Amino acid sequence: MKNMALAVEPRFDVDSVRRDFPVLARIINGKPLVYLDNGASGQRPNFVIDAVDDYERHHHANIHRGVHTLSQEATELYEAARDRVVRFVNARSRHEIIFVRGTTEAINLVAQSYARPVLKSGDEVLISYLEHHANIVPWQLVCEQTGAKLVVVPMDEHGEVHFDAAIALMNERTRVFACTHVSNALGTVLPVKRLIAAAKSRGIVTLIDGAQAVPHMPVDVQDLGCDFYAFSGHKLFGPTGIGILYGVESLLERMPPWQGGGDMILAVTFAKTTYNALPYKFEAGTPNISGAIGLGAAVAYLEGLDLRGAHAHEHALLDYATASLGKIEDLRIVGTAKDKASLVSFVVKGIHPHDLGTILDEDAIAIRTGHHCAMPVMDFFKLPATARASFSFYNTFGEIDRLCAAVQRARSMFA
Amino acid sequence: MELNDLYRDVILDHNRRPRNFGMLDAADATVEGFNPMCGDRLTVRLKMAGEAIADIRFEGQGCAISTASASLMTEAVKGRTRGEALDLFDRVHQLLTDDAASSDELGKLAALSGVREFPARVKCASLCWHTLVTALKSPDAGALPAVSTE
Repeated sequence: MKNMALAVEPRFDVDSVRRDFPVLARIINGKPLVYLDNGASGQRPNFVIDAVDDYERHHHANIHRGVHTLSQEATELYEAARDRVVRFVNARSRHEIIFVRGTTEAINLVAQSYARPVLKSGDEVLISYLEHHANIVPWQLVCEQTGAKLVVVPMDEHGEVHFDAAIALMNERTRVFACTHVSNALGTVLPVKRLIAAAKSRGIVTLIDGAQAVPHMPVDVQDLGCDFYAFSGHKLFGPTGIGILYGVESLLERMPPWQGGGDMILAVTFAKTTYNALPYKFEAGTPNISGAIGLGAAVAYLEGLDLRGAHAHEHALLDYATASLGKIEDLRIVGTAKDKASLVSFVVKGIHPHDLGTILDEDAIAIRTGHHCAMPVMDFFKLPATARASFSFYNTFGEIDRLCAAVQRARSMFA
Repeated sequence: MELNDLYRDVILDHNRRPRNFGMLDAADATVEGFNPMCGDRLTVRLKMAGEAIADIRFEGQGCAISTASASLMTEAVKGRTRGEALDLFDRVHQLLTDDAASSDELGKLAALSGVREFPARVKCASLCWHTLVTALKSPDAGALPAVSTE
């Protein structure tokens, strides 16, 4: 009998996982919350909330300084969180994992500390059409500062960026290729591994914006082969204000510090400062200690889940939402790439996305409406905005049914 | 919060069939309004006869609240003087933000009172009015820099 039970494919237990997230029990406007704005921010499991709470109540002090017990405990917790992240993304060493405020700060750090010193007038920085503003504006700034040129890989009407289109734009002037792993506006998964290999073979340094990827798929930075990988804690069910920059050690070693201050130094005199070793060289000032501990806890929580089952469940949700929303008259799904992460961007004829967002909120359904900080993508489709439902492993098929029913209600209201 | 209070029939009607929508040739003032948070964009054009608003039209794209508010605004201020329109702006601004504000004598504009229960949508309703005020305060300037709700 035992063997028979083992032969049954284990099903991802979404009901049990939901109980880990207290906010999912909320009632809004008299109805149970349907949280479909995971692309903007994930919710926190008790495991993360408790880890942060325990630190705040029992272990807080400044890190890397005092010899007293609390400072040592805080330091240990902070550094243990780093080690968890090292394993989670399979970095080579803890020297390669830098705590930052989030993806935005990570990209700005690379633009200013890596790219700015090496870029010369006429050099090129290559990005894709699908970038979030956080992977556009830092490069525009550094291009203005250096005279380099920002070049953009086009996309097609499905919201796909093709490998051939990207390599056609990689040339001897290209210094940096910065590209998102998963589009936040459309959900497109980009062929980053092949793109990184192509860039690398041409001597181009690569940065991947992984903010939308790490919550949805296993990420192995060594397997990807990128030079830099950036992501945020809060989209990974951790706190806000904390994120990760992964960088290849030899590159990070060569880069000057981004910000100066305490903790990033070994010795300071008024004549000269000796910088601290990695990763501290890039962590000036007292960091977001509780945020880092919370992020470490989020990683630990995910490692305790059946992650393969979770990802399979998310894909089933995506397929179900695509089919269900697709049946609604006058609804158009924007972004129909073959390989997508678990989100659906859509527009409904005659209803502006903001009105849809307000009407759905009345039904306790949280979605994102707007340009998703990806205005070029909106301009491409000649849309001012879209509605975006983004799923996590704790969402259910029943919630997608409620989303569809609410969209129908909005249609009848605006008919 | 009642959804029907936000999307009243007047609002839905003016969203479906916006009044005074489109181009106004030989305008005395043209001002563009932009809400960077949501991407709503509209252009208000005015033709003045002395101190009076002889004609007003708008165009652009936005949500139902933004479109209906602009449509209702053009109806309300056409034919009024500059001073009357500015007074009306103050009344509407109060209506959108102050729970105690009265909608007496505001006519159809009273339909906007439901917006104040939805703080995220107040900017949608006020964008056109801020754009109009900019146009009224410098009607001789021709095309002025865009107004932003931020």
